[in-house]
Amino acid sequence: MIKKFQNLNITWGTALRYIAGIIVVIYLLWRILQTTSIQGSYGPDTWMRFLITGLVIGGIYSLIAIGYTLVYGILFMINFAHGEVMMLGTFAGYFVLEAFAAISAPGSGNQNMSLLNTYPVAALVITFFVGASVSALIGYLLEKIAYRPLRGAQRLIPLISAIGASIFLQNAAQLLFGPQRRQYTNPDILWRGTGWMIPVGDKSVMLTYTGTFSFILSMLLMAGLLILVKKTRLGKSMRAVAENKQAAALMGIDVDAVISKTFIISGFLAGAAGVMWGIHNGLFNHYVGFIPGIKAFTAAVLGGVGNIPGAMVGGMLLGLLESLGPAILGIDFQLKDVIAFTILILVLIFRPSGLLGETLKEDKV
Amino acid sequence: MLEVKNLKVFYGAINALKDISFNLDEGEIVALIGANGAGKSTTLNTISGIIRPVSGKIKYKDQDLTKISPPQIVQMGIVQVPEGRKIFTRMTVYENLEMGAYTIHDKTRVKNNIDKVFSIFPRLEERQRQMGGTLSGGEQQMLAIGRALMADPLLLLMDEPSMGLAPLLVEQIFEVIQNINQQGVSILLVEQNANMALSIADRAYVLETGQVALSGDAEELLKNPIVKESYLGG
Ligand SMILES: Nc1ncnc2c1ncn2[C@@H]1O[C@H](COP(=O)(O)OP(=O)(O)OP(=O)(O)O)[C@@H](O)[C@H]1O
Ligand SMILES: [Mg+2]
Repeated sequence: MIKKFQNLNITWGTALRYIAGIIVVIYLLWRILQTTSIQGSYGPDTWMRFLITGLVIGGIYSLIAIGYTLVYGILFMINFAHGEVMMLGTFAGYFVLEAFAAISAPGSGNQNMSLLNTYPVAALVITFFVGASVSALIGYLLEKIAYRPLRGAQRLIPLISAIGASIFLQNAAQLLFGPQRRQYTNPDILWRGTGWMIPVGDKSVMLTYTGTFSFILSMLLMAGLLILVKKTRLGKSMRAVAENKQAAALMGIDVDAVISKTFIISGFLAGAAGVMWGIHNGLFNHYVGFIPGIKAFTAAVLGGVGNIPGAMVGGMLLGLLESLGPAILGIDFQLKDVIAFTILILVLIFRPSGLLGETLKEDKV
Repeated sequence: MLEVKNLKVFYGAINALKDISFNLDEGEIVALIGANGAGKSTTLNTISGIIRPVSGKIKYKDQDLTKISPPQIVQMGIVQVPEGRKIFTRMTVYENLEMGAYTIHDKTRVKNNIDKVFSIFPRLEERQRQMGGTLSGGEQQMLAIGRALMADPLLLLMDEPSMGLAPLLVEQIFEVIQNINQQGVSILLVEQNANMALSIADRAYVLETGQVALSGDAEELLKNPIVKESYLGG
């Protein structure tokens, strides 16, 4: 038996992985078969709704996933505190909006007209900017305090530090802001639950303003990031440092500064995603970063961690699989998280380098 | 121009350089030869500032390089062509050259330098849109040298430029090195190919386990029986 495996060049480890994978797949197929017979068919309007939900949440996952990938690309570590970086952005955006809502507009004559609704566009721009900047600052400090002193240590050690930082940030947020759930105050033009009604078949589906806004903004931010990485001096130095730190240093690139900037960019995108989350979903507390953090990590792994377009595609794909998956499989919608983690496990078993493959070269450490 | 004095370097507990002293005058080609692990690369990296010595000085134009950051050292004109080329395989040839000029902020100067490198290595111009990783070994060495030239070096530190190249290519590369030197760039050349190195160098130092074992004019060292036996294959 052992001999046979050796001839096939398969070790017990890979054999086990494949067996585990096959069991998972068989289970999924069985669920599909079992449920399609019971499942009442969905109308096209429902599918449309799922599709929209998937795209919106996918954009948010993508933005967060980029942060995992950028950091992994340069330091070969998973920044497990990244979800908390996003969470602090959600809080920062919330407080900015609260402030705008609390101040009544000067000279408007109407005492009830807040600054938020007098200048909604400016208020939103500032909210996003502050939320993203706070997360950028947290990302910068996180690297400086929790990871930089451990540079050069074994790979497991910064990982433990990351988990510690994650717990610390979550508890710090709870102490500072309390454990209660808070709700985002959106300007009227971006009120949650309002939107365009688009006819699908004989019914109609709402395209929410918040969702449309989130999706467009996430696409713009991703396009901006791609241009930054591809064309700018900073982006090129990031790619150089990701590939070979020694050679980059010999070119006169300040490697530590580039690493700091990578954390700043990752934090900025996560913070923007955090504000989007608040504006689109409303309710949040200090746990808000946990689930999107793990989902985005899954998305990054799905696209091939270290690969930037991979993180973008992985995020969108995960958003869609999550929202369409339960309907396709005919399972309860509460189980959408199970889909994400099943995907994570399947990818780690069968294709640890992700769908778009590994862009990293041999000199990884 | 460059004066290295009593350099001592540790990697953790490993004493890589015990006591290295040598000097290089403007316009010279000075070779450092020695067996594997003698400390040649460590010496170059200490000059470049990416490794710091425990003690010793590196004087360059009245300044001590051991206290200066790597980017500033590049700006002072000391540029390294690292061992094993270390080009950026996932960046284009053109981008690799741009990275070489990272410390230069004047865009027209960068463009001029790229043209200069393309005139030395026309092959790189043909391949400018290709990823660095798709180049052949010889082309990669050209790119590594071209990339270093982008920073307008006054002193070029070259770590085994002949490594892994066919004899014909080695000759070409050494010709290029001599040409660069004739343009007024001083060169500190690390080589295992002692024969080639001594044939183009003015002077040479033989390193042995972190110390200078021998030094002198390149021509004399070529005839030295000890050098002949240990480094020139008898
Ligand atoms: N990063 C490192 N960590 C620990 N020891 C190192 C490191 N780099 C080099 N050494 C050790 O320092 C000594 C000198 O190494 P160095 O690379 O300078 O030698 P070299 O003369 O360039 O050799 P080669 O001809 O093989 O390139 C060797 O004993 C080597 O094992
Ligand atoms: Mg060496």
